[in-house]
Parts: sequence; structure tokens; C-alpha cells
Amino acid sequence: MKLIKNGKFVEQDFVAVGADDALPDGAVIVPLERWEAERDSLITRNTPIGVKLESGQHPERIREDLDHFSVVALDFPIYRNGRAYSYARLLRDRYGYEGEVRAVGNVLQDQFYFMVRCGFDALEVQDKITPEVFEQSVGAFTYAYQPAADDRPTVMSLRHRLAARADEARAAAD
Amino acid sequence: MAQHTRKGAKEQALTANRLIDGVVVYLTADGKLSESLQDAEVAEGKEAAEALLTRATPFVDANEIIEPYLFAVELEDGRIRAVSVRETIRQAGPTVRLDLGKQAELADVHG
Amino acid sequence: MYRYDEFDHSLVKERVEQFRGQVARRLDGDITEDEFKPIRLMNGLYLQLHAYMLRVAVPYGTLSSKQLRKLADIARKYDRGYGHFTTRQNLQYNWPALKDVPAILDELASVEMHCIQTSGNCIRNVTSDQYAGAAKDEVEDPRIISEVIRQWSTFHPEFSFLPRKFKIAVSGTEADRAAIKVHDIGIQIVTNDKGEVGYQVYVGGGLGRTPMIGKKIGDFVPKADLLAYLEAVMRVYNMNGRRDNLYKSRIKILVHEIGAEEMQRQVEEEFAEIRKTGALNLPQDEIDRIKAYFADPAFEDLSDDAAELDAAIAADKGFAHWVKNNTAAHKKPGYAIVNISLKPIGGTPGDCSADQMDAVAALAEKYSFDELRVTHEQNLTLAHVRKADLKAVYDALKAADLATANVNLITDQIACPGLDYCNLANARSIPIAQEISNRFADIERQHDIGELKINTSGCINACGHHHVGHIGILGVDKKGVEYYQVTLGGSADENTAIGDILGPAFTEQEIPDAIEKIVKIYLDTRQDGERFIDTYRRVGIQPFKENVYEAH
Repeated sequence: MKLIKNGKFVEQDFVAVGADDALPDGAVIVPLERWEAERDSLITRNTPIGVKLESGQHPERIREDLDHFSVVALDFPIYRNGRAYSYARLLRDRYGYEGEVRAVGNVLQDQFYFMVRCGFDALEVQDKITPEVFEQSVGAFTYAYQPAADDRPTVMSLRHRLAARADEARAAAD
Repeated sequence: MAQHTRKGAKEQALTANRLIDGVVVYLTADGKLSESLQDAEVAEGKEAAEALLTRATPFVDANEIIEPYLFAVELEDGRIRAVSVRETIRQAGPTVRLDLGKQAELADVHG
Repeated sequence: MYRYDEFDHSLVKERVEQFRGQVARRLDGDITEDEFKPIRLMNGLYLQLHAYMLRVAVPYGTLSSKQLRKLADIARKYDRGYGHFTTRQNLQYNWPALKDVPAILDELASVEMHCIQTSGNCIRNVTSDQYAGAAKDEVEDPRIISEVIRQWSTFHPEFSFLPRKFKIAVSGTEADRAAIKVHDIGIQIVTNDKGEVGYQVYVGGGLGRTPMIGKKIGDFVPKADLLAYLEAVMRVYNMNGRRDNLYKSRIKILVHEIGAEEMQRQVEEEFAEIRKTGALNLPQDEIDRIKAYFADPAFEDLSDDAAELDAAIAADKGFAHWVKNNTAAHKKPGYAIVNISLKPIGGTPGDCSADQMDAVAALAEKYSFDELRVTHEQNLTLAHVRKADLKAVYDALKAADLATANVNLITDQIACPGLDYCNLANARSIPIAQEISNRFADIERQHDIGELKINTSGCINACGHHHVGHIGILGVDKKGVEYYQVTLGGSADENTAIGDILGPAFTEQEIPDAIEKIVKIYLDTRQDGERFIDTYRRVGIQPFKENVYEAH
């Protein structure tokens, strides 16, 4: 597995632990159930902490706790299961979460573009993925029609800018 | 998917679609691919059928064919006949637009 | 008609380049079929029984003459000289080679067409009324908002991996020609008591294994809020729709399981939140910009006086039948809507040869402001023809074998490609439609029977809309033999209904006789002016059950 953060390939920084694994020192990502069960002791550890939501675990469940998380990892059990796209948008657009939103699981290159647009800033990808592949996939389309969690201007707003510029040019020529 | 392999069918052949153009092909006894069912190797019994299926793997790995599978056939007057409507249509084209394609060439198959 | 600007062009071109790279990677063996399959499916490329099938999007069923000519060119150059118009108002090529698909996509892009989102679990091509802009009682041209939805839904990052495919249909008139209540979302354009135009929204309709009629959850969504509302529906579905079972993953099952009221509550809640951000607010000037593309063409001021037409009708019985059946009232005096039947007697419903496409393109160019429509009933429509030109149009159609005067009659059948082409089918559909067509070929008899819609599907997925045919026929496979189950009383219009199962299935050979008996029972039972569906609604299925199966 390789980790891409904000477009750069980086070393793994968090250890993902299961429900019953012993907690290692340092930064960990725990399953939601474990967070809910061990919330207080996890907070007192004073190390960066992340939580992982499975498909079907609505982010509403961590809404009040978001300040505690450096990472929210959203699982794609299979690339076809697109629930986490909506979860990412809720985290970003509605809950105002500014920490890392990481895509984990079956994260394939043809989905990078969609993930980045929905607010994922970290992707755990297959080892065969290179920076070139990443760039090509994320940069597949110059324009986007619809607003999402990224700050791309929509085609609609670009059209309005063009129209306004044309109006100004006309006014100047008059 | 309908009318695929019949469990317990005695005689089976192997079919797939060619990757580059999707055309229906059959695996032959001399390890080639043919567009004609009459060239297909017919495997009798379960073991022979499984062996036939295994022989398709190199063609899949070489990106020549996709979606290989076995289907039931019968031998009739020395000719190979697909048992199901589905495989008869794959063999001889649609039962409509009989003016073109292999349905025109193999008009006798649909009868 | 809508025209691409630099942004639309850029997206489609980049999509073609992306797919060209993907095909090259596949042919070189860099990616496996397992990896490639979802990619090709995202671009409307299926593997069927004999070959690949490429599905081309015809947004809300509208085509220019130039586009139709390009479709004809492609059919000749890369296929076998014909295409198939579907119930989704799209066009399918049955025989393209994988290696040629990037070149085909280039050709399509040159006329502002593509195959984006014609398959896969995403928001599919938006469908609409073939009479858009021509119908008398239209609140607003449905193509305007359809185009807005097309753009919003194209490569929508959040909704490209939904639980299942998603179909939206829009109607601008009370008479529903777009079957909006059997779509995942149906949009009815309405006016409120203040005279403002807005949208009624139905969700959870659909055919397939579990047919359902859509439930109204939005009474009046204001224009500026439609995208926010749609995004709310999609988000509720994307998060809560089932993903554990392919057959329970459409939105209709979610609506059915939680109930329409709960669905409405969740959508309203989500809608209120999305609306707050303002990001999807649709400004009036953007609506106006798109509306301008669909402004009325330069209609002439004509009178409805048609002495010449009446004379031509009196002189030519074939023409008389055609005018009566295949034309409809237009909003402008002196104009008519012309329906072109793609259901010749004994032919394949929806098939159209390259030469026929060229012939229709020429007619659209000369007589109907350079554009035409594809209908969900697999016919074509010239929306704005001067009544004075009807005879010339008829003569030209006749020369192209396109003047069959059977629109809405018993031989104007919907049929999916079925087992002759389709990898999912259990039984053939086209030959069934052909046999029925041949049996009822006599046009006088067809007129006597009146409006009667027979829809045939070759499997439970219901691409042939059998549930909503007045007579529906579903092909099933019983141990390798094709059988056909008949339903009665379905309807896809503003009085949408799902048909009732008549009884045991028939063999292919029995079907024409069974249909014949059903028709006879109707003719014996009908009261003055009753269509088949009216009689059925009055008497129910019992008389049919009792008489169809009785021994000779």
C-alpha cells in the first residue's frame, strides 16, 4: 500500500488497528466501535488519533467528536460501493471537518478524480500506482459542471465570468 | 445468465468472445480458436470438460479472449449442435436480420 | 437545440482521450478484463452475445440532422449498416469492434455526442417528451431543465457509484409521454397558484424484477432549487440504498422499505441543508441562457385551414391512415407533429438502417427546422412540420419504408433486443413482436382495434417495458425452452399501472393465437369509444382469464 496526501506520496504515518489489537505507541486509526467504547482512554493517550468508518457507519456518529481526530478514514469495501463519497462530502461541506479524510480499501485509479472532488485529501492506493498515474487520473478533466467539496469553479461560474468579461469589453468599446 | 452450462451435460465445448472485436470463438482440438462451432473440440464427461476449460487460460492470459465458458453440445449426423437456444444464436447469429452476418451464411442452423 | 460551448467540448474530448488510453492499455495487456470491464461499462460499451454493443446517449431524445447523419455514417463505417433506437431514447450499435470504439467516440464528439453514463451505476441519460416545444398544453419545454440536469449529473463525483443505475425523466405536459412514474425520479413541470413554474417530483418508480409506481414527494420545488432537491434525493439514496443485493438496490426498494413519507422527510431534511449553502442554487440567468437554445424556431404565421391537405387525404387512403395515426396536434396553427414509425410490419422494433437515418435527417432538415426526436416507444418524431408539407413528408417516408401508419396501434410494439442479441436475456423478443405484427398486418383491422400497446421483454429486467404494456409479454426460460408470460392492463401514461398476470405462460407458437383471443374478447366486450385499456379497467382480468385458456 502507498499513501498519497495532497498529491504527494508519503510514508505511512498512522497505524491502523483492529477491534482487539493491542494499541501500539504513536498515531493510530481505530474502528468506530473501538472509539465509541474506549473514547476516554483514547483521548488521554495524547497521540494523534484517527477513526475508520465502514460503509454503513454514518459520519453523524462522530460529528460531535471531530475535534479529536487527525484523520477520518472512510472504507471502500469494493470500488462499486460509493457511500463514502457522500460521507466525505458531509464531513467537509456540512460538519466543517478540516482534518485529513482518507480513502482506504478498494481504492482504484479510475476513482481518484471523484474522491479528490468529494473532499478526500489522502488516498491509500495499490503499490503499482505511480505519481504519473495519479496526476493523470486526478487531472482527467479540466472542468467540472457541478460544485463539490473541492474549490474548483463550476462550468456555470466560468461561463458567467466569460459573459461578464464580454460585457465589459463591449462596454469599453462603446 | 440464461441457458448457460447445463449441469450433468455429457458433451461440452468451450466458447468465448475475442477481445479485440467481441466475435464468438470456440477452442479447437489442436489448441487454436475458430469462429466455427464445427471446429470445436467436444469434451465428453466432467474431467475432459474441466481440462478443456483449463486450456482456455493461456488465451485469457494472452488477452486474446474474454469470458470463456463451457456449454452443452450434441453430435448429430457428425455435426456439432448446440443444445440451448442461446448457444445456437451465438453460433449462428440472431434469428432476425437473416440478410446479413453469419445468420445469412449459416441459414440452415436456425432452420 | 442545445449547442456545446468550449467547456462541454473539453469534457467530452477529455473523456474520449481517457477511454482511448484505457482501450490501449487493455489491448496491450496492461490491464486485465476484470479491471477493464467497469471502465468500458462506464462508457456504454457492453459485451453481448455476438459482439460488443455500444450505447450512444441521445440527451432527452433530441437529435439534429447532422447528428443523425453522423450516426448513419458510423453505422456504415464501423457497424453493419443499422442501429437500434431504445426505450431510453438512445441508439445502440450491435457490432462495433473494441479497437474501433475510440475512433467512433471521436466521430460522435465531432457532432457533440458521446456515450458517457449510458451504463454503470450512475445517473443515466435524462429522458423526456418527444413533443417538447410542440405540444399544445406544455407548461414549459422540458428540455431546458433536462439539459441543466444533464450537465449537473455528468461525472458527478458523489454519484458515479450509486447502489444501482439511476434514471430521471421529465414531462412538461399533463399528458405523460415520458413514462415519468416508472423512473427513479420523475419530474412533472407545473405552475402554482401564483403562476410560478416549478416541479413536482416523484421518486421510486421503476420496472424490472419489482415494478413500482413512483410516489410524489415534492409538491412544488421552485426552479432555483431543483438541483439542490435532486442532490438531496441522490444523497439519501447513495447513503441508504441497499448494496447487499443487486435486485434490491434500486431507489424504489428504499422508498418501498422506509415508506414514501419517511423518504420525503429525509429528502426535505437534506434539501434544507444543501439549500442553505447556496452552492446549487440555479440562477435565473443560467436558466435563461439554456432556455435560449430551446426557443421556438421561426414558425410562420399560418392558418389551420387545410383544404389542400383534406383533398390529399381524400385522394389517398394510405396517406389518410398515416395522417390520422402518425400525426398529432401542434401548438401553432398550420403545423403538425409527425411520428415516424420504426415498426414496419414484420420488422424489428426500433431498428433503423443507415439509409433510413439519412432519409429522416434530410426530412428534418427540409421540413422540421433541422431537428428530430427519438421516442421512448422506439419511434422518431419530426416535431414541427407544416401541414402543407405533410404529403411531401409522407411520400418521402414511404420511399424509405418509413411510412407505416401504425403509431399507437397493435403493431406499434416495444421490444427489447432479447436473446437474439442480449447477454442477459432468457428468451427472444423480436421474433415475438414480428409474429404479432404479421398476424395483425391489416391496417383496417388495426384501426378497428384502436390504441393498443404491446410491450415485450426478453427477461425480468424489463427493458421492453412489458409491465406497462396494455398487453405485456415477458420471455422466460424453462429448461432451455422459451416461454412467454402475458400481463394485461399495464399503462405508462399519466394513469400509470402495472399489468396483471393473465395465467400460465405460452410457447412461442401459441403467442399469436393468445393475443388474437385477447383482442377478440376486447372487441366483443368493448363499449362505444372504449380503448383496450378502458375496457380492461372496466371489466378486469376475469373475462380474459376465462376465455383465453379455454380449449378450441
